[in-house]
Amino acid sequence: MRVRRLWKYYGHFPALRGLDLELERGRFLTVFGPNGAGKTTLIKVLSTQIKPSEGLVEVGGHDVIDAADRVRGQIGVISHNTYLYPSLTAFENLRFYGRMYRVSDLEERSRELLERVGLRGREDDRVSEYSRGMQQRLSIARALLHEPEIMFLDEPYTGLDQHASRMLRGVLDTLHDGRRTIFMVTHNLEEGLEMCDEVAIQVAGRICYREPIDRVNREHFGDTYFDCVGGGHKWDS
Amino acid sequence: MGFLGQAWTIAWKDILGELRTREMVFSMLLFGFLVILIFNFGIEPGLRDEALVKPGVLWAAFVFAGILGLNRSFSSEKENDCLQGLLLCPVDRAVIYLGKFLGNFVFVLAMSLAVLLFFSVLYNVDVIAVLPGLLAILGLATIGFCAVGTLFSAVSVGIKTRDVLLAILLFPVLVPVILAAAKSSAFVMNGEGLFAGGSWLAMLVVYDVVFLAVSVMVFDYVLEE
Repeated sequence: MRVRRLWKYYGHFPALRGLDLELERGRFLTVFGPNGAGKTTLIKVLSTQIKPSEGLVEVGGHDVIDAADRVRGQIGVISHNTYLYPSLTAFENLRFYGRMYRVSDLEERSRELLERVGLRGREDDRVSEYSRGMQQRLSIARALLHEPEIMFLDEPYTGLDQHASRMLRGVLDTLHDGRRTIFMVTHNLEEGLEMCDEVAIQVAGRICYREPIDRVNREHFGDTYFDCVGGGHKWDS
Repeated sequence: MGFLGQAWTIAWKDILGELRTREMVFSMLLFGFLVILIFNFGIEPGLRDEALVKPGVLWAAFVFAGILGLNRSFSSEKENDCLQGLLLCPVDRAVIYLGKFLGNFVFVLAMSLAVLLFFSVLYNVDVIAVLPGLLAILGLATIGFCAVGTLFSAVSVGIKTRDVLLAILLFPVLVPVILAAAKSSAFVMNGEGLFAGGSWLAMLVVYDVVFLAVSVMVFDYVLEE
């Protein structure tokens, strides 16, 4: 994943301001940042949901503008929005997305994923009857259907109870196998630090801190974070 | 799965969802029936131009009720941000357009048939005798209506006042299709046959081809952000 001088404007407001970022295959990067730092905008640009205003963005070796469909075929996105149709059952949702991604052995793959996220036996229930945690677990299954090489996680723990959070951590743990690249944005310091290989802090549309996790002092990371966030105001001008 | 298969999957998803919630179909039917009923109060039996008025009533009901359905077409994708999920799929944007178009076509056509039945009873029109001609016009007009309606529904999806906006955007563009459909229907209902209104029918066909092609081409830009 390669990002060079990325700018993204909403009207005249720059949500991303010349952001540079590189992430090697198989690495897990967590990006922290306060509200309004541009974390979700960054993940939306990387996952082809919005186009960059300026700069170069390559994901999986493909440009997000010129080869957007190729990028989409390689990525999976888990967000606090589940992208699930409430009036369809869990199985119908997976079947729908599986057909969109042209997944082979769709029935078998769906069953395997439902088992993995602990929803086997509830696959014929409508999503509208699921709890928030169950919906998020199904959303994880949806994102993994086509075995993406790159995962984008946008505040995935939002609204989850402890059981669902633990399950998500378990799934992320199995995804973090050294072959799959994972990019997570969150403002939850505790959960964000747990499994990643690298940590970054984004403030006011730029990455202002980045370190490998083994060089991060977890006990004092909160201070580092607040130093960055406080210092970030100088970029607002 | 090919282009058409994926488009049908999107339409199937919309149809299945609607069959379970029945949000769109019920409101469309109710509105269509009400329009037919209210016009019936205003048209006195034996009116000199009754034959000219009836097709207009029928198409007013189809259009007003159809717009209600089109409003739901993309707004239903807003729940759980499903539209983003759909846009994240590695499929051509034309597939998404065609899928939504097919779903809308099925809903609007089903509503139109039910309203047509209600209309024939209330206005004492023998639609069975002219059914093939009416169905042909209905099919062509529904294609044109849904071709433009699906596109404009996508345009207005992110806007708070989308219900009003869709109607404002749609009506001027739909004038040719409403006019051609109402005129062609008048010929058919008067027993003059489908091809008696040849130029109006040709207008419907040309409208369908042009607006389907244009909509497919511009849909990518509409969904951009």
